[in-house]
Amino acid sequence: MNLLLFGALPYMALALFIAGTIYRYRTGFKYSSLSSQLLETDRLFSASLAFHIGIITIFLGHLVGFLAPALFIPIGGPSLVILETIGIIFGVLAVIGMVMLLYRRVTNDRVRRVTNKMDIIIEILLITQFIIGLFIAISMHWGSQWYLSNMVPYLHSIFLFQPDISGISEMKPLVQIHVVLAFLIIGLIPFTRLVHFLVAPFHYILRPFQVVRWYWNPKTIEDANQQWKNLKKPTNN
Amino acid sequence: MNVRAQMSMVFHLDKCLGCHTCTVACKNIWTDRKGAEYMWWNNVETKPGTGYPTKWEDQDIYKGGWERTKSGKIKLKGAGKVKGLLNIFHNPNLPVIDDYYEPFTYKYRDLIESPQSDEQPTARPISLITGKPIDIKMGPNWDDDLSGTPDFARKDVNLENLTPAEQEAMFQLEKMAFYYLPRICNHCINPACVASCPSGAIYKRGEDGVVLIDQSVCRGWRMCITACPYKKAYYNWNTGKSEKCLLCYPRIESGQAPACMHTCVGRIRYLGTLLYDADKIEEVASVEDKDLISSQMDIYLDPNDPEVIKSARANGIAESTIKAAQNSPVYKFVKEWKVALPLHAEFRTLPNLFYVPPLLPVMASVTQNNKSDGSELNPISKHWSDEWLYDTSIEEIFGTIKQARFPIKYMANLFSMGDTELMEEKLKKLMAIRIYRRYKTVGDISKEKSDRALAEVNLTEEDAEGLYYLTSLAKFEDRFVIPPAHREQAIEMMESTADVKGSVGMGFREKPVRGL
Repeated sequence: MNLLLFGALPYMALALFIAGTIYRYRTGFKYSSLSSQLLETDRLFSASLAFHIGIITIFLGHLVGFLAPALFIPIGGPSLVILETIGIIFGVLAVIGMVMLLYRRVTNDRVRRVTNKMDIIIEILLITQFIIGLFIAISMHWGSQWYLSNMVPYLHSIFLFQPDISGISEMKPLVQIHVVLAFLIIGLIPFTRLVHFLVAPFHYILRPFQVVRWYWNPKTIEDANQQWKNLKKPTNN
Repeated sequence: MNVRAQMSMVFHLDKCLGCHTCTVACKNIWTDRKGAEYMWWNNVETKPGTGYPTKWEDQDIYKGGWERTKSGKIKLKGAGKVKGLLNIFHNPNLPVIDDYYEPFTYKYRDLIESPQSDEQPTARPISLITGKPIDIKMGPNWDDDLSGTPDFARKDVNLENLTPAEQEAMFQLEKMAFYYLPRICNHCINPACVASCPSGAIYKRGEDGVVLIDQSVCRGWRMCITACPYKKAYYNWNTGKSEKCLLCYPRIESGQAPACMHTCVGRIRYLGTLLYDADKIEEVASVEDKDLISSQMDIYLDPNDPEVIKSARANGIAESTIKAAQNSPVYKFVKEWKVALPLHAEFRTLPNLFYVPPLLPVMASVTQNNKSDGSELNPISKHWSDEWLYDTSIEEIFGTIKQARFPIKYMANLFSMGDTELMEEKLKKLMAIRIYRRYKTVGDISKEKSDRALAEVNLTEEDAEGLYYLTSLAKFEDRFVIPPAHREQAIEMMESTADVKGSVGMGFREKPVRGL
């Protein structure tokens, strides 16, 4: 059972995530934030802001711990308390935001019209995941330390294709549920609106303000010696 | 000199009768879809009025367009790289659907299917978003012809710097006047929507300057809706993508006029190519307010100038496009005769839609100096004396403009960034043409008077004839000078046509389906 949940599920989820996002990206039309701000803006303000700021901070915390555990290891004493407190604050923020978003989605007539099943499923999954995460953070102190020693090696082993589930099998059930749920959510990402975080527009910072597209280069066209082969084919044919 | 071609437009407001045929044509072709019902890529507003979306001209509310900083550069008012990314989770400057209106239909079926009863069945209005009965509060042309009403005309943003007395004078019942302002996307030279798009989905076509949104790249960050000061980018709440006027590019490419222009009953619309210098865009967009309109006029190049033609050829602009630019009705209105002005140039997007301002509602009321009761008028020829109708003595030749029913200041707020002199110059030109034509056809104005009127506004008799022809008599091919798109060459050079034999011309496009 443990092998299935901690050994096989992660790979199924990751495979689904990769294949699913590529498939959805290739049928490009459907990638969108699917914002409902046009239909309702006042309640969205606090909800969306709280949720996004919360989840991004928490996600980055997990990610940095996973990628560069060395950064966190020397933290101890008062700084550790501060770190944990920050984590809990942003966790609470994410929960509050997500609950508000779900409540808005269900109670506002207009927003309900642009809601599909996956929106509700993923929002409930996220709320559950956040609450479990908060429980872990509060009940099992110094998570930012034992995450590094107990969980990160397991995650590393997954990504190095040498899954070692001995560590995770010893963890409390709450942590195990948190991990399983996390991989479930990762696997579901391509089938939900969450895909929009993959196309976060950071390239905007670097691109010039004005964009001009030429459908064909008139100078090349008028050159009779130009071969077809050297020209790029349109992708839609 | 980096010469580019630009499809641009002139709308002659004196000729607009406010029939909304353009709007309906556009709606039927492009936006009669779920999520797009509330969009009107073409709409006709009554001025004075608040427009659609309500008070769109007030950038204190909507934060659209560019603004000039103290250092002489320009930046986006409500979007931009920092603001756009910071506001991505919630855009505080985004208009909501109620600023446009909640789209609705009627339950027509109830008229036929309701059970027998003592009352007449009624078709109740229902929302096209929720499907529930609604109380209709607003529509796209809700203020149509409502000049003078407190809810609409008096809230016109352009009345801002008019004195209360001037405002009140506009709304006195016997002096009330209004005109129509049809609007489409301006396909700006310095488009704020393009600059604001975090995904880079909006682009300007190099070949003809049409501004389009790539639907497969748009991610619904909705910054373009804020950034466009004309509020001509719309968010489709169903597909989660933004959409805008595409100048009917499939029609243009096949040589047809855009639907709104083709159907225009008053024939107010003109479409033609302008050549402009793309190297100067930033410089022109960031000049001081007082020079902005004249600088914009200078960015457009003379298509008959050999230098310009040479650079255009070097840039790969097709001969047919240069030819079209030489025959462009837009060039004549904007550059040769200088009677057309951009709408709200202060937004600094360098719009390519120009308006010939309306003269008719500006006319002073009729004055009568003699005691005639009109009985001496020949009912067929309507040959009236100078004193009887318009005061056409040369001292007063343009006097009617100054005693306008619309204060010049109001018109200037719309079309000349508050510059009343510039506005007056354009109105005088239009008046001079009328005087000239009256000398020609009615004959009660002397040639001398007409010559003096034309001379005062720097128009020759040839200009006057040309302006008259293009205003009143122009045929289809005079109003729409559309260069061939030469897409056939593009296709043939990029791929072997044998490869795509049997497939559809534009390739297989995806159907717009809302994502999960």
